[in-house]
Order: sequence, then C-alpha cells, then structure tokens
Amino acid sequence: MGTNLYWEQFKRSFAIVKKNIRIYYSKGPVIIFGLLVPFFLFLSFYIGRSMPAEALIPGLLGMTAFFTATSVGPAIVPWEARARTLERLISSPVSIWTIFLGDVLSSFLFGVLVSVFPIIVGLLIGVQIVNPLILGFGVVLATFCFASFSILLSAYPPTDTPASVMMLSSMIKFPLVFISGIFIPIEELPAWGKTVSSISPLTYFTDLARYSIQGNSYYPIELDLIVLLAFAIIFLVTAIKIHERTMQKRL
Amino acid sequence: MEVADLTKHYGELVAVDHISFQVKEGEFFGFLGPNAAGKTTTIRMLTGVTKPDDGAASVFGFSILREGLKTRQLMGIVTEMANAYVDLSAWNNLMLIGELYGVPKSLRREGATRLLKEFGLYERRNHLVKGYSKGMKQKLLLCMALINEPQILFLDEPTSGLDVESQRLIRDRIRGFNKNGVTVFLTTHNMDEANQLCDRIAIINHGKIAAIDSPERLRLRSSGLQSIEVSFDKAVDVEELNFHGVNEARKMGDKIRLYVDEPGAVIDKLLDFSRSKDLKIITLNTLAPTLEDVFLKLVKEG
Repeated sequence: MGTNLYWEQFKRSFAIVKKNIRIYYSKGPVIIFGLLVPFFLFLSFYIGRSMPAEALIPGLLGMTAFFTATSVGPAIVPWEARARTLERLISSPVSIWTIFLGDVLSSFLFGVLVSVFPIIVGLLIGVQIVNPLILGFGVVLATFCFASFSILLSAYPPTDTPASVMMLSSMIKFPLVFISGIFIPIEELPAWGKTVSSISPLTYFTDLARYSIQGNSYYPIELDLIVLLAFAIIFLVTAIKIHERTMQKRL
Repeated sequence: MEVADLTKHYGELVAVDHISFQVKEGEFFGFLGPNAAGKTTTIRMLTGVTKPDDGAASVFGFSILREGLKTRQLMGIVTEMANAYVDLSAWNNLMLIGELYGVPKSLRREGATRLLKEFGLYERRNHLVKGYSKGMKQKLLLCMALINEPQILFLDEPTSGLDVESQRLIRDRIRGFNKNGVTVFLTTHNMDEANQLCDRIAIINHGKIAAIDSPERLRLRSSGLQSIEVSFDKAVDVEELNFHGVNEARKMGDKIRLYVDEPGAVIDKLLDFSRSKDLKIITLNTLAPTLEDVFLKLVKEG
C-alpha cells in the first residue's frame, strides 16, 4: 500500500512535468536567463581569445547546463502563486513533494536537452570526447543537481513576483559561474580561490567535463560525482522543506 | 462530512471560531455569510489548502489532517482562489487535473469530452483559456472539478459575476450532480440560489455559526420578519408609517415595506392612515420573511 502510494505520487509528478513544459519553457524570463544570457556571456569570454576548442567546450557545457537547468525552476512557484493556480495544485490529491519533484524534473529535462547542443557543437568542430560515458552520466547528475538548486532559489522569500526571483537568482548564479573554474581552470586559481570554488556544485561538473573531454581533472572523478550527488540531495530536501514552511504565505 | 471545533487564526484575527457541523452523504449544504465571515477560510481548511489551528474534520471517514491525500481524492473543488491555467487549452487543463487525480487516460478523455459537451465548451476545447470569457472559465472550472467523478463537491461562489443564462446552466448542472448522489458544499451570497438549491443552510458570521437549518425552517423560526408591502398613489414619508406594531419601515422603489409581528393590526392602521391623508392604496401585500431577511437579521444579531 505504502509503495503503491509513492509510485502513484511519482506518476502524478509527470503530470506536473507536462504542464511545466507546455507553460514555462517558452516564458520570456526562462529564454532570457536560460539561453540568451549564458550564450552572450560565453561569447564575451571567447571572442578575441585564442583557446583550443578542447579547453572551451567544458566551460560552455558547464555554463549551459547550469543556466538552463536553473532557469525554469525559480519561475514556476511565484508564477503560479500570482496566477492563482498554485491553490489548484495544493488542493489536488498530490503532496508538496510530488509538485516539487515535477518542477525539478521539468527543469532537469530542459537542462539536459539544451546541454546536448554544446556537445554537438564540440563534436562538429572536432573535439574528441575521451570518456563519453562519464560525460553522459555527469550531465544527467549535474543537471538534476542544478534543477534541485533552482527550486531552492524560489523557496525564500515567498514572493509571487517572478521577476524578483529571477533577479535574485541571477545575483547568486553569476558569482557561482565566476568561481567554478569555467573561465579560469581551478588549478590556476590562488589558494583562496580554490577554497571558494569548492563550495560551488558547478566546480565539480566543470571538472568532470574537463576530465571527459581533455582527460585531466583537478579533483578525483569519484569525488566530483559524490559531491554532485550530495549537493543534489541537500538542495532538493532543503528546498522542499522551506517550501513546505512558506507555502501558506503564498496562498 | 463532520466538522468539530474547527478554528483558524490570522494573527490576532479569529477567522473561523470553533465551528462544528455535519453534512450528510448526498446532501446539498449551503454555507452563507457576509464578506470576511470565514466562508472561504472554512472551505480552504476542508480542502486541505490551509491547516486549521484547532479542531478536526473528516470527509467520508478520512481525517483532513492525517489523511489529506485520501480526502482530496474524493473531492471536486471550485474556489475563487484557484484558477484554470490560462496558458493551456481547456482540454489540457482537464487532462492535467485528471492525471493529478490518477484518472486513467481513456476515462480522462471520455470524461473530458462528455463534460466539455455538457457545458458547451467542446468546440473551443483546443483554444487557450486566456481567450475565454468569465462564464466559460467558470464552466471549465466546474468541468475540472468533475473530471475525477467526485463524491463531494466544494463550490465557492460558483455563479458569482456570471450572466443569467450561465448561472442557470451551472445551477441546473449542480442540481443534477446532486440528484445523482454527489454531496455538495456551496458557499454563496445569493439567497435565492441557496433557497432554490440547498437542503440545509449554515449561516456564518464573524467566524461563528449563527444558525443551521433548512431554508424553510429558518424562515419560519424568525419572528418579527413578516412584512407588508404597500404603495400609494402619492409619495409618502416613510417615517409617517412607523405605527405601533411596526418594527421597521423601509422604502423599496415605489413601495414601502413594513416589518411587523401582527400584519392584521397594522393593515387596519394603514387603511385609517390612507383615509386620513386622502391617499389611494395601489397595492397591498403581506409577505412571509425571505431567506435574505433571515440572513440579515442573524448577521445583525451576530
């Protein structure tokens, strides 16, 4: 009975996923913060520099996965609170976990789908992927981690203004990009920089992507995977607990 | 449904104050009250949106607090605070809600087709809801509440702001579902609607239940609310009709309504008054108290 209940709730979270794909993938803030901002950020970094493609693609992949997987999640709850559809969901026979698992999965799918593009671009310009299996597993794990992070970004304060959440989340996301070994490899950072970069989940994915493409990494690859998994669990549990506490203030 | 001592505070304000009542299976139960009386808060607690601070409630034997998923599975809900997704079509809204209630795909499609046809929305099923009129949205909300074939329907002001035709269609359909055994919990401001539809009515004011009874019994037990409606051929100052035995005199358009305990005695005085002032009585009717009269009296007393 208990297992049935969990399975039933898990299945219902896919109804949330379908709804989110239909509504939020094409929303302006998602396109701007999920696709355009990382693209232009990458261009501003790339143009005028002579770097081998092998060194560029891991950074582009890291940035794409991070920005896209974190672009849908923060928008959903404030949007639904404002549109008064959140109460419709809460009064349905689904738990808070089901709703937020659906939000995480829709962010995750968006991240995975868009992350395929830098990989294709890399392959087209002749980049060799040394370890495709690790890269594939790493993309899945990292985008799930970033998607969980995305719903944490909208957990507090409990606002119903999507623009406020997107601005606030950008203030957190941009510094993370600069400390995560995307523009400057971790080994070239000063000691304090290395310490700071170790608190960002993006650091471990960028490291893993470098290993998969260039064949070398700063951290042991097992550590990258374990830390990403740990971050994913911590983000997911913390976000849902905070949302549970703040939900009443949104309704 | 059994509700016992249900209470909700918002800071210092007691929105719902230890209310208790029962709704029988298959009953059409009305929940009336002025603005901010606690109607919506009560519905939100019963449907699991808001947690009560005190008290308990159960629906078909399941506790709303401990078995929220089971109770919500049995409910269909139309509230003022829950919209349809305007960026989805009516069809996709119904598929979403059906899926959230675990309705199998074939039944979902069958049910959605039947309901959309019944409420006259089938031709526009693939249009985005943002292009719908208020009446169409309200009909869609009702379809969404019915897609899981609920055993109990919670309806918060379902006909509010709609044109007469839409109001009638929605009322007829709700009545039909109730005849088929669905329990209905209805909040409304519309006394006529409550009078026409409900088996029993609870009147809530300042978060407390002021009365619960059938509409007819509520009317009968209200003393001092019988009235006489009179109109004269010339304008009359309403204050002049405040005879002994008249509890209240109120001008209503070209008529005057007198609330009285004994209509017979007051009619004699009205005839004397018209003769003495050389007035001709155009109409003279005695009226039983309306539900609205009872409601206003109870709210005033509360």
